[in-house]
Amino acid sequence: MQQPELIPHLFRTEFRKITAVLCRLFGINHIGIAEDIASETFLSAVETWSYKGIPENPTAWLYTVAKNKAQNYINRNNLFTEKIAVQIKHSSSEKLEMEIDLSDKNITDSQLQMLFALCHPSIPTDAQIGLSLRILCGFGIDEIANAFLTNKETINKRLFRAKEKLRAEKVAIEFPHENEISKRLETVLTTLYLLFSEGYYSESQNTVLREDLCMEAMRLTSLLIENEQTNLPNVNALFSLMCFHSSRFAARKSENGEIILYNEQDERLWNEELISRGTYYLHQASQGNKLSKYHLEASIAYWHTKKADTKEKWESILQLYNQLLIVEYSPIAALNRTFALSKANGKQEAIIEAEKLNLANNHFYFTLLGELYTGINNDKAKKHLETALSLAKTQSDKNTIQKKIEILKIKVS
Amino acid sequence: MEEFALIMRHEDGKKVASPEQMQAWMKQTMDWIGGIAAQNKFVSGTGLPFDGARVVHSNGVVTNGPFGEIKETIGGIIVVKADSFEEAVAFAKGSPVLQGEGNTMEVRKIAKGDGVH
Repeated sequence: MQQPELIPHLFRTEFRKITAVLCRLFGINHIGIAEDIASETFLSAVETWSYKGIPENPTAWLYTVAKNKAQNYINRNNLFTEKIAVQIKHSSSEKLEMEIDLSDKNITDSQLQMLFALCHPSIPTDAQIGLSLRILCGFGIDEIANAFLTNKETINKRLFRAKEKLRAEKVAIEFPHENEISKRLETVLTTLYLLFSEGYYSESQNTVLREDLCMEAMRLTSLLIENEQTNLPNVNALFSLMCFHSSRFAARKSENGEIILYNEQDERLWNEELISRGTYYLHQASQGNKLSKYHLEASIAYWHTKKADTKEKWESILQLYNQLLIVEYSPIAALNRTFALSKANGKQEAIIEAEKLNLANNHFYFTLLGELYTGINNDKAKKHLETALSLAKTQSDKNTIQKKIEILKIKVS
Repeated sequence: MEEFALIMRHEDGKKVASPEQMQAWMKQTMDWIGGIAAQNKFVSGTGLPFDGARVVHSNGVVTNGPFGEIKETIGGIIVVKADSFEEAVAFAKGSPVLQGEGNTMEVRKIAKGDGVH
């Protein structure tokens, strides 16, 4: 591997590991120091490797340098030695130098503990996502800014406030108690779900970055599955949902980056391997007696991997949406439920139900009404789609609606 | 926004339905509740199966119930959010229970825990 590719590759895989281990070692008050040491390690690599060539085992080199830097930091910083190192020494009989443990097991444990710490219920959700991207996924600030369609300053401020909050709340970097796991896991899963959605639905033009976000969400979720205590049905259900969604990556974007809607996708581009993994994890999830919203959403996604419109498919999707709405209402679930209703019970019934939804400033609502009225009352359909167009915020949504209006015009004339 | 209980009353709880009929009712009930939930107006609900039901009388006698002298019985209850009795009644009108002749839906406001009601 050439050096220009090697460094970004190592950065992506190793930065987060070093950071997680050092965060855990230094405690929640010193996340910034952990990040700095990890960054400096990579700077040293660039400087040294440029002159001396790439070492035989670059990862081991990085770990050694990170350990030395951390050790130097501990020795150099009086304040740190007095306050933190004392605690570390007291909590362990081993020598301080042995504490910087970059073994696979400690890396995984540190990442899991950091995941629980960063997704603490006291931290605002967008800060949880930002911090997870930075600390657990090793994303750069500009990458995070790009994903959130905002600027570096905003992200820097957000992360700064989040770290302050972690400090103020004295969040411990530790695995939650056994009787707390399922409660704490809820927040972690919500964050992972949102992290995935951020990638899946992001407006960012950077396709690679968006897929990376989804992959990172899946990697963190699989960390939970690999851990016995967190290998729970709802975690498997969430992972299954992610597999089904990501199986459509290649099919849902055209060559020029436009979204291709589900029913216009070329299903030959769907990733069979991810679909079967999704099915496997959905099966794994079907143990226990608690039906989470991830179970329902994964089951809905499962039916969507079958392209053919059968009565069974839409009736199943309708009932799953009925249950999902009982568990947790969301406007998008209400709209999708109504679409499924039109497929299962007919458009007339769906129109009556749609008009009760009370989502008058939602462009998806008017897109749905446009869809439902198409073929029944094309004039009304066109009016609804035009309302949708005026409410749509993003260019890709506008393009999609515009296309529907054009098709309708051809039908009317 | 208030909460209302919609109580499904069957005129004759002992009536036996065919499996196909039961299947159809089940779907209609789920679609009805799903429609209320899609408006974010569903609070909670449960079916009350007749199987094994008992009635405890004031003299301590327990009989197989819930059918005593009267055949009428309660089949289920759901709680919805609504701005008015009218809105709650409109939800009740959609219940598939009403397809059975003589069946009724009772609409009752839920007492608030504010010490006044």
